[in-house]
Amino acid sequence: MNFWTDPVNVAAEWLKDVFIGWGMTDPYATALVYLLGAFLLVALVMLLDVFLVWVERKVVARFQDRIGPNRVGPFGLIQPFADIIKLIIKEDITPAGADKVVYNLAPVLSLASVLLLWAILPLSALVYGVDLNVAVLYLVAAGALGTLAVIMAGWSSNNKYALLGAFRTVAQMISFEIPMVVVLLIPTILTGSMSLKTIVERQDIWYVVLTPLGFVIFLISAIAELGRAPFDLNEAESEIVAGFHIEYSGMKFGLFYAGELLHAFTFGGFMAVLFFGGYRFFGLEQIHPLVAVLILMVKALLGYWVIMWIKYTVPRIRIDHMLALNWKFLTPLAFALLVVTAVMHRLLGGTQPWVYALGLFLSNVVLLLAALEILRASARRQRRQEEAVLSAVAETAGH
Amino acid sequence: MDASQIIFGLTALLIIFSALRVVTTRNMVHAALWLIVTLLGVTVLYALLQANFLAVVQVVVYVGAIAILFIFAIMLTRREMRDGGPQLNKGWPLAALISLAVFGGLLALLYNAPVSERLAASLEGQDTLGALGQALVSPDAYVLPFEVASVLLLAALIGAVYVALNKKQESDK
Amino acid sequence: MIPLSWYLVLSALLFSIGLFGVLARRNAVAILLGIELMLNAVNINLASFWRYGNPAQMGGQVFAIVVFAVAAAEVAVGLALIISIYRRRKTVLAEEIDLMKW
Repeated sequence: MNFWTDPVNVAAEWLKDVFIGWGMTDPYATALVYLLGAFLLVALVMLLDVFLVWVERKVVARFQDRIGPNRVGPFGLIQPFADIIKLIIKEDITPAGADKVVYNLAPVLSLASVLLLWAILPLSALVYGVDLNVAVLYLVAAGALGTLAVIMAGWSSNNKYALLGAFRTVAQMISFEIPMVVVLLIPTILTGSMSLKTIVERQDIWYVVLTPLGFVIFLISAIAELGRAPFDLNEAESEIVAGFHIEYSGMKFGLFYAGELLHAFTFGGFMAVLFFGGYRFFGLEQIHPLVAVLILMVKALLGYWVIMWIKYTVPRIRIDHMLALNWKFLTPLAFALLVVTAVMHRLLGGTQPWVYALGLFLSNVVLLLAALEILRASARRQRRQEEAVLSAVAETAGH
Repeated sequence: MDASQIIFGLTALLIIFSALRVVTTRNMVHAALWLIVTLLGVTVLYALLQANFLAVVQVVVYVGAIAILFIFAIMLTRREMRDGGPQLNKGWPLAALISLAVFGGLLALLYNAPVSERLAASLEGQDTLGALGQALVSPDAYVLPFEVASVLLLAALIGAVYVALNKKQESDK
Repeated sequence: MIPLSWYLVLSALLFSIGLFGVLARRNAVAILLGIELMLNAVNINLASFWRYGNPAQMGGQVFAIVVFAVAAAEVAVGLALIISIYRRRKTVLAEEIDLMKW
């Protein structure tokens, strides 16, 4: 172990020795190093977040056939800092009748619930916060805290639109949590572990090949969890103005905004870890741990780009369609996929890797076709009923 | 005094304080939010006990579902936005007495129990998560309670929908 | 290292606070909040007995999970009942729900 092959852990060890040299006992020095590590990770992630504002604005501009920020700095790169200065010097309003403590706590919790996710994201084989053996569930738990932040913001603002937005968000987040948890179990079954690091290490074939359907369900439920278009019912401008953060101004709104962008990017990272081999890319990751980090970041950015692509292309869906999509389509499909994957994994476990991969892939395709056929049949039945009603009405009108 | 004891002490203070706020605060939504603080404190205790699965499930189930359900129910059952009037009933001194008596009784039991000063064995090298999964589904362990719990959840699901929808159906007739 | 007794005392205290909430609060939802505190106290006990007893025996954790399931079921049905009562009688105060009281 030297500084070249493992910079982060060597630096941590060195720092710990320095602290012990200052007269600290071992456990306190370790705790302090961990604390500094967490602080550094959060600082870097927040810096990344500033950069994400620029990425988001540039990409949305391209989608809408504009140029986007291009005045401040080269390619408008300094624009986010100008945004931050604007947000900070804006008047900070707390509405009358608002619950002050809860109102001010909500944006912090919202951003914190996203930052918590970075604790378990394995950036490379040697650079990671913590290798939890329940990491997959931790992902869901952090999402639960995000839901809580939204309902706190909606309730404490003392505004009907904010409360409506919060209700919508909670209905959406709690519903889409179910297919997400079920789909998260699929990489768990394929790996035999809930630790994200183990999931990446055993992913010799990307899981998106083994379970493409699982990836699509994860993507949809992740977008719903993020509350981005087409699932941005919680802040639908044309219906409830801005939803749960209607009363927030200045940097408090900025925290919600930063949290949303970072959440999307983080989910890009988790998509990469769970379905696209994480920090691995055909052996390139073995060159240097920081190369592995770079690989993961590029994959996360691609995932983030897909989420943005969907956001700026698809119109918002209606609230009953959103719930019906979840309860009548995604949830049953996710459960069926879980059963099929478990059975196929058991049956093909000992065979050649290509037989295993092909079997799982084909089972996914068959399941998807079956699901679409059932959907088509039920839609046809519904249409026939409606037509029958319509023709009956027309007949009585004719008499 | 080592680090885990300090963490335990701080968490215990947080749990006790927030639990007292849950039972005494006037504003019902605040009571539910204090309950969430208590639940997060209990999560820290699970982490200290190295029961990772319980810690995460505590956040997912309690904070993510039960507490939010409470907040919903409180909002749906308020006549006005502010809560007026005393939140404790007339017999509350008696209730306090009974609670203290229960606490005293439990302490007396603990005082006489032989296990109290035991320290935890090391969990080094044990796959407790795997063992928990095996125990939940293996026939010679706890598959029956597990299945009964699932049936209970299903029954509760149907029951809750039925009870909450009852009134609406009547008004439709 | 934390001795087992610390957990047990904390759990006993939390249980008593929950009991006080159940006995003294007027609002029916608050009574359910008290029950949640009591269930959590029980869960602390179960988890600490698992940890300080024989960690290879998963009984403690399994029963804690059963308690989670029961708590979820209890809250779902309990809150549904309270909302239903509120719709009929416009109150959630436990002392005003006295139709069956003789």
